[in-house]
Amino acid sequence: MIVLWGSNARDTHPIFFHHVLAAIHRGAKLYVVDPRRTASARWADGHLPLQVGTDITLANAVARVIVEEGLVNQTFVRRATAGFDAFAEHLAGFTLERAERETGVPAQLIVDLARDYARADRAQLCWTLGITEHHNAVDNVFALINLALLTGHVGRPGSGLNPLRGQNNVQGGGDMGALPHKLAGFQDVEDDAVRAKFERAWSCTIPPKKGWHLTQMFEAMERGELHCLYVLGENPAQSEADSQRATRLLSGLEFIVAQDIFLTKTAQLADVVLPATAAWCEAEGTVTNSERRVQRVRRAVAPPAGARDDVEILCELARRMGRDLGNPTAEQIWDEVRALSPMHAGMSYRRLEELGGIQWPCPDEGHPGESFLHGRLWEEPVRGPRAPFTVVAPAPPVDVLSDEFPLRLTTGRRLDSYNTGVQSGAMASPRRQGETIDLHPDDARRLGVAAGEAVRVRSRRGSVVAPVRIDGGLQPGLVFMTFHFPDQVDTNTLTIDATDPKSGTAEFKAAAVCIERV
Amino acid sequence: MTVRLPLAPARALELSIDGRTVSVPEGASLLDACRQLGIDVPTLCHAPNLTPVNVCRVCVVEVEGARTLVPSCSRRAEAGMVVKTDSERVRLARRLVMELLASSVDLSTAPEASSFVERFGARPDRFGPPAPAAERGERERRQPGHHAAPRPGAAETVAQPVKLDNPLFVRDLGKCMLCYKCVEACGADAQNTFAIAVAGRGFDARISTELDVPLPDSACVFCGNCIGVCPTGALMFQSEHQLRAAGQWDEAQQSQTDTVCSYCGVGCVITLHAQGGRIVKATSPHDSEVTGGHLCIKGRFGWGFVRSRD
Repeated sequence: MIVLWGSNARDTHPIFFHHVLAAIHRGAKLYVVDPRRTASARWADGHLPLQVGTDITLANAVARVIVEEGLVNQTFVRRATAGFDAFAEHLAGFTLERAERETGVPAQLIVDLARDYARADRAQLCWTLGITEHHNAVDNVFALINLALLTGHVGRPGSGLNPLRGQNNVQGGGDMGALPHKLAGFQDVEDDAVRAKFERAWSCTIPPKKGWHLTQMFEAMERGELHCLYVLGENPAQSEADSQRATRLLSGLEFIVAQDIFLTKTAQLADVVLPATAAWCEAEGTVTNSERRVQRVRRAVAPPAGARDDVEILCELARRMGRDLGNPTAEQIWDEVRALSPMHAGMSYRRLEELGGIQWPCPDEGHPGESFLHGRLWEEPVRGPRAPFTVVAPAPPVDVLSDEFPLRLTTGRRLDSYNTGVQSGAMASPRRQGETIDLHPDDARRLGVAAGEAVRVRSRRGSVVAPVRIDGGLQPGLVFMTFHFPDQVDTNTLTIDATDPKSGTAEFKAAAVCIERV
Repeated sequence: MTVRLPLAPARALELSIDGRTVSVPEGASLLDACRQLGIDVPTLCHAPNLTPVNVCRVCVVEVEGARTLVPSCSRRAEAGMVVKTDSERVRLARRLVMELLASSVDLSTAPEASSFVERFGARPDRFGPPAPAAERGERERRQPGHHAAPRPGAAETVAQPVKLDNPLFVRDLGKCMLCYKCVEACGADAQNTFAIAVAGRGFDARISTELDVPLPDSACVFCGNCIGVCPTGALMFQSEHQLRAAGQWDEAQQSQTDTVCSYCGVGCVITLHAQGGRIVKATSPHDSEVTGGHLCIKGRFGWGFVRSRD
């Protein structure tokens, strides 16, 4: 069984969805939890069309059914988890009546999902930004983890928790320590022993305090504490929620360096632009995919004149700052990663070639890599700490609906476009329609607007004008836009930068808007 | 990506092929068994990442005691079978198959199929010169059961104008030998979009969208997985089609580099075909555990931005 919760993988992870389809043809059940009846939902045995931002209520109600009906995997819960009693007690309030009222999902569908998930031999619970682009993103994830712990659907072949990564190396960036609190291999920068190991290898002193993540950087700009920004391969002027604020703060900086393959809107704000290579086809290296598989990327074509490899640029910068890092090849850098990050130690370039990629952890060259994590939870006795249940309470979206802003705007991707369109825009897709504001037919009728008609969409932060598209897959009161065409319609003018305090992710999925005829 | 669950090892069974004994796991096809012995059985409609449809009949072999020749791609090996892969009957069948195919289909961009013409001594010209090509839409207008009467002294063909109805790929159905691979890749074997199927009957059969609407008006999502499996060049990237039309397509000058698509976190292995420092098309290895040889519209066609920086 497969559950896609807040994911439209058919359109956003199409080749992953091929594997889902193969499973469906072999008899697997698919449930899709999504406010929209998406292309993925159309393949589902059960589609749970919840109200935006009610995921915790729904997950807790599912958990309550599992507990009430005696479907808990008692052996697993007793041996491998902690905090069940407090969790079970907290569930008492999440009755089916309440869940149906608050989430809008018919009670029978909640029961069906709970029963099928708990009874499945193997079940995957997959999610994407529908879970994480909320102000309570981490709590949303905890609510899903609770379901896997209740049923023992984690740490076994075919069962697991599966956040589908949206970019080809978002996992690899984390692996390599491109996080404010980690060094390569998720080793804690505030751990003295870890720092000492890296300092020995690098002959330098590493600041002992964690840094800021992107959201905190913008807050620091607001406070006047951050003056200079070096942006590599990111377009925050268009990709951040509340883009007018983002652009205002970026414009107020003293100095911006942008390293990118395009002169993006962010690069246009920069004092220095460093033209880089397209890493996936003009450079050598590795990326890590959603299933922790480290894979080789290779140079297929030469970069345009003047564009330089990211590594070359960084080494040249270091040289100008008085530190000669030499001219390392991608493989030499990778071998340094292997020397410092135990989870990557066994992944030589030779083995990556031979095996077509290896899933971490891979501690030595005799190790095949791990196809799934958390198998320790099934060992008798459990190795390491028990997995805790986390009591989570629902918290509605920050941008509340009101008489002035009665419609819920949620944002997402379409099949043939990608993020702010910097790359996919060059492809002439026959299916692309440009940016639209998608409305349920009832809303269109009530507002007196027709397909193709340009309307003004206004939130508490700003407004845009976009043509109407009618989508019966939406619920009345729910409207949808992408953020693929920011030069045409800057959707992130509307979104709210209310962020999760732990993950720093903004609530792109829930803005309050109104629609006006123009 | 697909989790491989431990399976009970398949039982082995023994059979004889061309006088040699071979042991294969239960469930193996005769083609698998032949390949295990290093016997080069030709195939056209077979692909390792698609369900066999056994329509091309070029992989046929002779099984002792069987009334007809059997397609080795789909026939399961059985214990005690006695198989001949190079008998006179097999050679005759393959020769005739290639004569019928090569006389009716343009194999100019199908090097493997063309090589079979030579290998089996086929003489496709023995049916006479090719009949005039159909006009645009003519084949689509023919009704099942109302075949055009054959023109005496001329070989019927599927020749017709190229279909150019979208910016990403062309359909040159004069090169289509109806191997069904594209239908399978668009259907349950990979993409599950079901935008194309075989329409018509007999010699009028052709690959078609619903009601022959142009691709952009059909269910097609432009993943290009049909191009990825097409063995004859009937389905072709616009980039390749245009370079060929300009006489600039030169496979000897092309490099093929495996890398990873940049468009999401799935990690699809992409083979970039480059000529003169430019990417000219993208494929995926069929043995990739992540892709099974299939891509989406962005992976297949979304590399244009690399050169839009010039």
